[in-house]
Amino acid sequence: MNALLFYSTLGIYCIATFIYLVYLLKPREILGRSAHWLIAAGFLIHCAFTVIRYIEAGHTPITNLHESLSFFSLAVVGVFIAFERKYHVFILGSFVTPLAFLLLLASSLHSSAIPLLPPALKSKWLLVHSSLAFLSYATFAVAFGAAIMYLIQEHFLKKKRLGPLYQKLPSLVILDEINYRCLTFGFPLLTIAIITGAIWAETAWGTYWSWDPKETWSLITWFIYAALLHGRLTTGWRGKRAAMLSIIGFCVMLFTFLGVNLLPSASLHSYDRLLGEKYR
Amino acid sequence: MNIVVVGLSHKTASVEIREKVAFAPNRMEKPLKELAGLPDINEGLIVSTCNRVEIYASTHDIAGGMARVKRFLADFHNISLDVLEPHLYSHHGEAAIRHLFRVASSLDSMVVGEPQILGQIKTAYGYAAEYKTSGIILNRFLHKAFSVAKRVRTETKIASSAVSVSFAAVELAKKIFGDLTDKTVMLIGAGEMCELAAKHFLNNGVRGVMVTNRTYERAERLAEEFDGRAVRFEDLFDHLHKADIILSSTGATHFIIGAKDVEAVIHRRRQKPMFFIDIAVPRDIDPKVNDVENVYLYDMDDLQGVVSSNLQLRAEEAKKAEGIIDQEIGRFFNWLSLLEVTPTIVALRSRFEEVRQAELAKTVAGWKDLPPDGQKRLEALTSAITNKLLHPPTNLLKRTGQGGRIDLYVDALRQLFELETVAPQEENLDDLEE
Repeated sequence: MNALLFYSTLGIYCIATFIYLVYLLKPREILGRSAHWLIAAGFLIHCAFTVIRYIEAGHTPITNLHESLSFFSLAVVGVFIAFERKYHVFILGSFVTPLAFLLLLASSLHSSAIPLLPPALKSKWLLVHSSLAFLSYATFAVAFGAAIMYLIQEHFLKKKRLGPLYQKLPSLVILDEINYRCLTFGFPLLTIAIITGAIWAETAWGTYWSWDPKETWSLITWFIYAALLHGRLTTGWRGKRAAMLSIIGFCVMLFTFLGVNLLPSASLHSYDRLLGEKYR
Repeated sequence: MNIVVVGLSHKTASVEIREKVAFAPNRMEKPLKELAGLPDINEGLIVSTCNRVEIYASTHDIAGGMARVKRFLADFHNISLDVLEPHLYSHHGEAAIRHLFRVASSLDSMVVGEPQILGQIKTAYGYAAEYKTSGIILNRFLHKAFSVAKRVRTETKIASSAVSVSFAAVELAKKIFGDLTDKTVMLIGAGEMCELAAKHFLNNGVRGVMVTNRTYERAERLAEEFDGRAVRFEDLFDHLHKADIILSSTGATHFIIGAKDVEAVIHRRRQKPMFFIDIAVPRDIDPKVNDVENVYLYDMDDLQGVVSSNLQLRAEEAKKAEGIIDQEIGRFFNWLSLLEVTPTIVALRSRFEEVRQAELAKTVAGWKDLPPDGQKRLEALTSAITNKLLHPPTNLLKRTGQGGRIDLYVDALRQLFELETVAPQEENLDDLEE
């Protein structure tokens, strides 16, 4: 039953992504509108999947890569829908939904078996810490999409190449504002996620901060976005500079999420090691 | 019944001729009533704009109707027809329908795709409706033209891009700033282009205007006109940071604004974007200014480039629009030709029915031992006969539709069966259109 929900979400995201990409090339408003409703339907099914998974597993379904990638994808779509509603920029979907689809596709490649949780993870903090972290990741993902759009549009305006895509992309100010709004939501969320993580670490492992690679990289991500926000508020880092930093921040964040698993040194957060051999 | 159009436009007549035959917009009653009162003319409509004067009419007599309309146009404006004739074009039937559809869709405009013409035709139709000079045919015709124009507008991108330099500048500003309502424009120097562009920006909601000029008095005068404030030319760089959009057209022979100046200004503005429009030749603003972050500089050539690529886009879209018009002409022409045969069909049917009823009444009255169900049977028999007989001619008339022979058939039927002319009624025509 739940597998059906998962794969129908995957299918819907795939079709919506395809329509959004066609919308990039063909100037038909109906395409943007239909993709918009499709992705909303996909989001609801995805929500249902996540809730059922929570009930079935008996814990917050953000414990292995299958669950995390799926939750990340869900959060990206949720944040994207909120921003699309607010700013009426259908074309944002052409840059964000492919990401959500790829995340869910990656999730589908991992085993969907419900993992047994080690005692360290059995905590209410799992829900708070992980979901906040992924919500902040999702806002950074939308900021990343808006930043890419900004750079494209800025390039068109500077080089005076005003083709069909230029016509379709929104104004620089709107794109810059979406980037900024994402930051003002995402940064506090990331901050709280790191703090709750530290508290949880204290209760589970007895120390607030152990310079585990995941923790270190989270801090680097946090500093990048802190610098961006600070630059923005004081010296007016907007436009191209903000867009580029936002892209760098997203890449670092992605590494924090996935790349840390690939590091040779053991991380307490590594999704495979997290569960330990005997629990698999 | 036929539709004819007689008129002249920017394509056939110079402005000197056009202004002579223009109709004053608020005095349309007299010309419209005179037009509709002409013999052979059933309905009339006058479209008069600065680029065209056109008269649409419905008539039974194409050649006579056209001649009368031409004569009316010349006489009404006291011009000799010989002077006017070379500038006039006239169409009838399908060509007249195509003409209005193209005009309403702005395919015949001086600037293809400009949106005003549709409104002007709607106004013209409003007058004709008000003074009751448009009837069943022109009503339908104009409504069809409006819906065709709407289709063209929504299904093609014919009107989606700016085709004048000042509009192009406004569109670019919208892509940079989004909303223009809290933006300030600065005019450096004066000139027609500069003022025109400034007006466009004001029409698009720009909040403030600053004007500077080497002659302070001129700056003051212009500032007054735009309800803005004048700035001394020497103080330009003390005020530049307050402007979001800068329009420059001085007569200077060297650059008056360099990249270094703009870097300082943008820093002062905390990187809020600026849009420089340099309409001066030779240029006022160093092209390197475009390399400064968050600054966009467009000179006259750049804007012309935008305009000409938009014009090219419009030309491509115009082809699509012609396709839409082709489809719609077919539909409307069908309706029009059915309109012509419907009264004949109705008259023919009622003629047969009359004869049947009369003969039936006579027979029943003189039949003493008529069985109880006899009258019913006679009814059925006679209506079956008339219906069978009427079926082929009715079908033939409907199928013939457009084409020259229709008049022949209608005429023949009317003479053969001594039919009276029945004016078509609006309500029973709606279901005729396919």
